[in-house]
Amino acid sequence: MADVSFDRATRIYPGTEAPAVDALELEIPDGEFMVLVGPSGSGKTTALRMLAGLEEVDAGAVLIGGRDVTDLPAKERDVAMVFQNYALYPYLSVAANIGFPLKIAHVKKSERERRVREAAELLGLVDYLARKPGQLSGGQRQRVAMGRAIVREPSVFLMDEPLSNLDAKLRVQMRADIAALQDRLGTTTVYVTHDQAEAMTLGDRVAVMKDGRLQQCDEPRVLYERPVNTFVAGFIGSPAMNLCTLPCSNGAVSFGGSRIPVPAGNGEVVVGLRPESLELAGEGLPAEVQVVEELGADAYVFCASALGRLVARTEAKRAPARGERVALRPVAEEAHLFDAGGERVSGIDH
Amino acid sequence: MTRRRAERIALNTTGVLVFLVMIFPVYWMVSTAFKPGIDVQTFTPKWFPHPATLSNFTDAIHRPYFWQDVKNSVFVVCVVVALSAVLSFLAALALARFRFYGRKAFIVLIIAVQMVPLNALIIPLYIAFSNAPGGTQVNKLTGVVVAYLTFVLPFCIWTLRGFVMGIPQELEEAALVDGCSRFGAFVRILLPLVAPGLVATSIFAFIQAWNEYIIAYVFLSSPEKQTLTVWLANFTTNRGTAWGSLMAGATLTALPVVAFFVIVHRKIAFGLTAGGVKG
Repeated sequence: MADVSFDRATRIYPGTEAPAVDALELEIPDGEFMVLVGPSGSGKTTALRMLAGLEEVDAGAVLIGGRDVTDLPAKERDVAMVFQNYALYPYLSVAANIGFPLKIAHVKKSERERRVREAAELLGLVDYLARKPGQLSGGQRQRVAMGRAIVREPSVFLMDEPLSNLDAKLRVQMRADIAALQDRLGTTTVYVTHDQAEAMTLGDRVAVMKDGRLQQCDEPRVLYERPVNTFVAGFIGSPAMNLCTLPCSNGAVSFGGSRIPVPAGNGEVVVGLRPESLELAGEGLPAEVQVVEELGADAYVFCASALGRLVARTEAKRAPARGERVALRPVAEEAHLFDAGGERVSGIDH
Repeated sequence: MTRRRAERIALNTTGVLVFLVMIFPVYWMVSTAFKPGIDVQTFTPKWFPHPATLSNFTDAIHRPYFWQDVKNSVFVVCVVVALSAVLSFLAALALARFRFYGRKAFIVLIIAVQMVPLNALIIPLYIAFSNAPGGTQVNKLTGVVVAYLTFVLPFCIWTLRGFVMGIPQELEEAALVDGCSRFGAFVRILLPLVAPGLVATSIFAFIQAWNEYIIAYVFLSSPEKQTLTVWLANFTTNRGTAWGSLMAGATLTALPVVAFFVIVHRKIAFGLTAGGVKG
């Protein structure tokens, strides 16, 4: 077990100008479940591969347990990785796949068998130990890949979108399994995903990346409640936060007649409103309902308005019909404010 | 009768005809090998070797240098197959997995070498080999081995490169993280997966080296150093050709290739990577 830190770690792929990972600074304490999240091309997988030793570090350093591993090959870093495509050795049985790292490490056969069995029991794979990966379902293959990672008891787990190839139901189930497993083993884990829901549910902390740069790293709740810029605001949360650029005058902006105070400055500000901070009311910003997404208890109402497309959450029982004309009223004290450059306007807190 | 069925019958008939045209020389070789001398050349061809005799085989086997030349051929083939497997695997790895300056040019060059007609290279090769550092390589089996490798390797490298590229890189990366060195990952993970490709290229190398005639004929002048294909030519003398014995010798020469293929062809199991990664 160990803590992990990226110290201004940078990766520039040969033949490209822009760094894939740009001076990443991240401290991951021992035992933490850290999720790297971002859209494709944000550098999250590259960052993980730099930590694994599969990608060179062009500048800066990567440390595991206080040890500088920047120039060490993958095999000397004591990390285990679960790949998006499982990467199981196809001609080896499940038992041999799980036991492979131990075999490479010259662990005695009896000891190896015991540990493989333990891992298999933990993951419910005991009945499949003799099978080949080709004879397993996607979820089972995923568990074998997990087994291969945990059997070594490494200092750090690395997971590269391990659930993205599973169907939706299995994904939710495996998500819970991974969380329980990590909780039980207490091993520092770095988990990469593009799915913000996965990030929010799994991570002790979540690091949001974009274009190779770290945007914000904090607990899921903080990311949701205090996003540092419009990118994080729009990326975290589903459906996404409503972001409207509005002119500011006399220390306030007007949103469909409602006054939202702005602490400083004039010019334009970006007002961010979560769907739950936008109410269907008798009066407010006039809008036309385009789509209604029913989620059981709640419904999301997608409307076209003078400020663009807006989403509001409402009780399913009170959801309007498609084509209906409604009025939207913001909950002013829940509004997020960003300056024209997209950075959070400091000075307001809820 | 439907049109579809008529089409199928026509296609099958064509297939059978092509098969017959291809198999007939082989059949004629084998059947001639069993015919007594008087039946070998007749105005009305005898389709079946009846009465059959083994005398042609005894004659062929007891010709001078038969066993010596068998040994030579076996030596040449074994070395060519082994070396081509090792060298082409390593070269294919380099071309498929590493980026280096001149990689594309090298790949094109490999194919270009294959385009040059063999006969055009014989004289330059002969001169080069006779002036080889460390003594002439002409009239030596090692020289022939090197010459065969120059022709076998490009195809083997090209084919294996395709096989290596078809194997997901994640498998090696998983092995690297699991504790293998780069070379260890190649040997433990890639090699078993490339095995079908190695079998395919080995068959090719075997057939090329075993059946090659012109280079062996030009390079190997002493009878005790010749290979079987050159030995076969000895049946044709100024006084005529001993067809029966020649065919018996040819049949014996063809057997190892057939045997080798039968043994290894089962190993060409495609789709061996199934289940390793999603897809």
